[in-house]
Amino acid sequence: MTIPQSQKIGRPLMKLIRLRGWPILQQLHIEEQLLRTSSENWCIINDGTREPTIVMGVSGKPAELLEIKPVLHDQVPVIKRFTGGGTVIVDGGTIFVTFICNKDAVPDVQPYPRPIMSWSSLIYNEVFQETGNFHLRENDYVFGNRKFGGNAQSITRGRWIHHTSFLWDYEIRNMAYLKLPSRAPEYRSARGHLEFVCRMKDYISRSDFIGRTIRVLGTHFSVEPEELEAIQTVSSTNFSPSSRLLTTQEIESALCEAESRKSLACSASS
Amino acid sequence: MASSRLFWASRAASYLKISVFHRGFSTVLKDLKYADTHEWVKIDGASAIVGITDHAQDHLGDVVYVELPEVGAAVTQGSSFGAVESVKATSDIISPISGKVVGVNEELNNSPGLVNSSPYEDGWIIKVEVSDANEAKTLMGADDYSKFCEEEDAKH
Repeated sequence: MTIPQSQKIGRPLMKLIRLRGWPILQQLHIEEQLLRTSSENWCIINDGTREPTIVMGVSGKPAELLEIKPVLHDQVPVIKRFTGGGTVIVDGGTIFVTFICNKDAVPDVQPYPRPIMSWSSLIYNEVFQETGNFHLRENDYVFGNRKFGGNAQSITRGRWIHHTSFLWDYEIRNMAYLKLPSRAPEYRSARGHLEFVCRMKDYISRSDFIGRTIRVLGTHFSVEPEELEAIQTVSSTNFSPSSRLLTTQEIESALCEAESRKSLACSASS
Repeated sequence: MASSRLFWASRAASYLKISVFHRGFSTVLKDLKYADTHEWVKIDGASAIVGITDHAQDHLGDVVYVELPEVGAAVTQGSSFGAVESVKATSDIISPISGKVVGVNEELNNSPGLVNSSPYEDGWIIKVEVSDANEAKTLMGADDYSKFCEEEDAKH
C-alpha cells in the first residue's frame, strides 16, 4: 500500500520487512543484528514460524519454566532470546511484530521499559480500535482479561527494540510444555494457561491484523518495504547474536536440577 | 512525616559528609561522577566502582536479573559491559570508564533488587582497574547530573 507523498513529510523513515513462516531463531538473530549494527528504524512482521518452539527470556531458567520431561521426549527446541520477559511457545499460529527504533525517532518516548510499552499500546489501540476490548494490561496485550500478545524489549544506547508474539491461534497441547511461572502478572490471578490466554483469530483475520498494523504505522512513520536479502548481504561479520538454541545437555541438566529441588522440597516437608 | 524524614536524612548526610540532593524521586551523591547514560563511578586512584544511578533504577522498574561481565574482561568508556532486566526489558549498562574488570558484585545473582534498593552502596555492579584516569574529566559532577536528569524528565 502506498502512502501519499504529502503525508510522509516530517515522519521518520521506518523500513518494513515482511516474512512468512521464518524460523524464530533466525528472526531473533536478524532483530539483534539490526538493533546493534543498524542506525535505521525497522518493523519486522513474521507471519507464523515453522515448527513449535519454546522461547525464553534472557534470564529464563528451564527448570523453573518448563515441563522438562515432555520437552525432552518430544524434542521441542528451546531458545533463550536476547530480550527480557517471559516464556512462550510459538508456532505457525503466532504472528510476530517487532519495532526497532532510534530513541530520537520517537522523541516523546523516554528509552525505558514502561514508556516504550505505553507507546506500543497506543499503536495497537489504533489497530484494534473496533475490535474486542483491547487493553495493555500490566505488560500484556489483552482482550478483556485474556492475554493474546506477549511483549519483550531490549534497550541499548540510543536505540530500542519492542517485539510482540501474538497468539493468532495456538495448540492446546503445546501449552502443556510450560509451567505456571512464579513471576506472573497480578491480573493472571493464578489462572492456568487455557483460562488466561485467548486466540486473536476469534476477533480478527491474519490479513486484517497485519494490514491494519502497517496502515497505523504509516501514520506515525514513513514506511518503506525492504527485502530481507538486502540486509543479509551487508550483514556485519563482527556481530555475534546472543539468542541461542539450548543444547540437549543443558535441558537434561535442568531436569536434574528440577528433580533435586523436588526431593529437597519433599525432605523439608516430611 | 516526609519532612521529619528529610530532616533526619540531612542530619545523617551532614554527619557522614555526603551531600544528598533530592530531585523528585532521584538521589545524587556528591563525590561520584556520572555518565549521560545514567551510570555512576567512584574513582579512588587507579581503582573504580561502577553502578547505575537512582534515576536509572527508578525509571527501569524492579530489576529481576543482572548480567555481569567476567572478571578480567576489558571495559571501554561508552560501551556496554552488561545488562539489567526489568519489566520485560534488558537494558545495557554502559561503562563510564575504561579499564579491566577486577571484581563483580556476585550478590546481585541472588538479590538483583539491590540495584533498586541501594543503587550507590550494596547495588554496585563492577570494580575496575582504570586504564586512563583522564576519562573522568569527561563525566558530570553531581550538580550537572542533577540538572541533566531534570532536563531529560522535563522533555517527556
